[in-house]
Amino acid sequence: MPVNLLDEPDIQAENRDYHWTLNFGPQHPATHTTLRLVLELEGETILNAIPDIGYLHSGFEKLGEHLNLNQYVTVVDRKNYISPPMNEVAWHNAVEKLLEIEITPRCKYIRVMIGELARISDHLLCTGAAALDLGAFTAFLFAFNLREMIYDIYEEMSGYRFHPGYTRTGGVMFDFTERVTGRIEKFLVTLPKILADMEKLLFRNKIFIERMRGVGVLSKADAMAYCASGPIARASGVTYDLRKDEPYLAYSDFEFDVPYATEGDCYARFHVRMEEMVQSARILRQALDKLPSGPVNVPIADKFPMPDKGTTYGSMEGLIQHFELVMPNRGFQTPKKEVYAAVEGPSGELGYYLICDGTQVAWRTRTRPPAFVHFQLFPHMIKNHMISDIVAVLGSLNIIAAELDR
Amino acid sequence: MTTKQTSKPLPDATLARIRKRCGEGVFSVSSHLDNLRLYVPGSKLVELATILRDEFGFHLTELGGADYLGYPGRSPASHRFEVHYVLLNYDTAERLILKSGVSDPDPTLPTLVPVWLGAGWMEREVFDMYGIVFQGHPDLRRILMPEEFQSFPLRKDYPLRGRGERHNFERVTREDS
Repeated sequence: MPVNLLDEPDIQAENRDYHWTLNFGPQHPATHTTLRLVLELEGETILNAIPDIGYLHSGFEKLGEHLNLNQYVTVVDRKNYISPPMNEVAWHNAVEKLLEIEITPRCKYIRVMIGELARISDHLLCTGAAALDLGAFTAFLFAFNLREMIYDIYEEMSGYRFHPGYTRTGGVMFDFTERVTGRIEKFLVTLPKILADMEKLLFRNKIFIERMRGVGVLSKADAMAYCASGPIARASGVTYDLRKDEPYLAYSDFEFDVPYATEGDCYARFHVRMEEMVQSARILRQALDKLPSGPVNVPIADKFPMPDKGTTYGSMEGLIQHFELVMPNRGFQTPKKEVYAAVEGPSGELGYYLICDGTQVAWRTRTRPPAFVHFQLFPHMIKNHMISDIVAVLGSLNIIAAELDR
Repeated sequence: MTTKQTSKPLPDATLARIRKRCGEGVFSVSSHLDNLRLYVPGSKLVELATILRDEFGFHLTELGGADYLGYPGRSPASHRFEVHYVLLNYDTAERLILKSGVSDPDPTLPTLVPVWLGAGWMEREVFDMYGIVFQGHPDLRRILMPEEFQSFPLRKDYPLRGRGERHNFERVTREDS
């Protein structure tokens, strides 16, 4: 596929013969996902990088206009597949905001917990893979092994390991059982040990630090101009965190700190993510201790939630409600309104611009994908670096191609 | 049921200040829950965005489009497409949504790349999906769909399924590639 290189006005035309053009990807082990970079090189120095994306474009937003609000949760799962529950929390956060549903306190806590588990899972992969790309294989194995425990929790709570599809309009699919909370307890015991191991392996690892420090520097002004958010913006000194600054769900009940750095290089981003995992564990600990009892879904009289099996087969109202929700052209009414709602995703602001037209099928489900917004920083950050720095910068941006291309 | 607050609604004071600074008739206001939307004509968009950035500290966080073709209860006089720009003030946590409408024969809006560099790819995506042209954009190419693609897939008159697009592509075999 031909890709036009942008003209560099400061580079003389006759000198361009000495420049190499190198294709990086779309299938390259160090990109981890399906994306392509067209690099213009002088020796090993990158003069210009042009990302070419869209290899995984599968029309998720078009699908969102043809699936109902509950069905679409299975599709949002597949956007950032490293942390699916966070996508679900973000999606139903937008849906419930538009429908003006106040979910139960227990459900809020459960959603906070699955969201924080997803954040830890995402950061473990991101920090682990950053180490892997720079040659520190052991740290990656520690991190990846721990993610299995998170998958076990997903499996225990929903029955699915990878894409739980756990949230529903007005609640969640199943309530947390003691086995789920028991698994989270166990996970919270294991996590600090693994983080300590990774710390021992990486924090004083000279090769790792030399390849991260001062590489891919993003200034605070650039972070704001390029719409960066999440850990990437926080590593550059933009101390904005939606959990603190615009508290949603039950985040105002918890004590936690927002880690940030001012250097803005890959090393700062790595450290911010490592510290965020510690803070997420703090939130999980408090949420487990304070988990309220009571119903997990809003009452079925509100016409929104899917009744559980016992209610469906044991009561008239449950049966009617189930019938209403599963039959096409029935179900609840939505307002003819539009709303933007965002949550703090693992890699930044994860928002939905949701437009409803009165039916259960959304009119427009625009996603604000953090990976897409962050990847346009890449040419800016990689300029005048060496080829070997690509993996460090790409790893620190945490690009997930399924979310990038949707 | 009570309304859930996920972000603070913009205080009236800020809105009044914006009104005072820009003058009457530049934008019209509508709101739903905590979302405050300013409808701006394309000709005033860059001016308003620059004022909001320089004097009110707002920064772009989200940009996307929507096609309202056949939206129930929509007056025929309103624009077919609308582009939304979600702005955020990092210091006060205020959010503001700019909306600008365009219609079919000439769906053109000025680009916001000179104001916020991050608008670049998001405008490219809106162009790719809806065919809205952002005038002055430094690099307005398709971003998700292939370059030789002819249609705009998120328009409402583009079907979800059916035969078609695959057959428009030239078939390349291993021998002639």
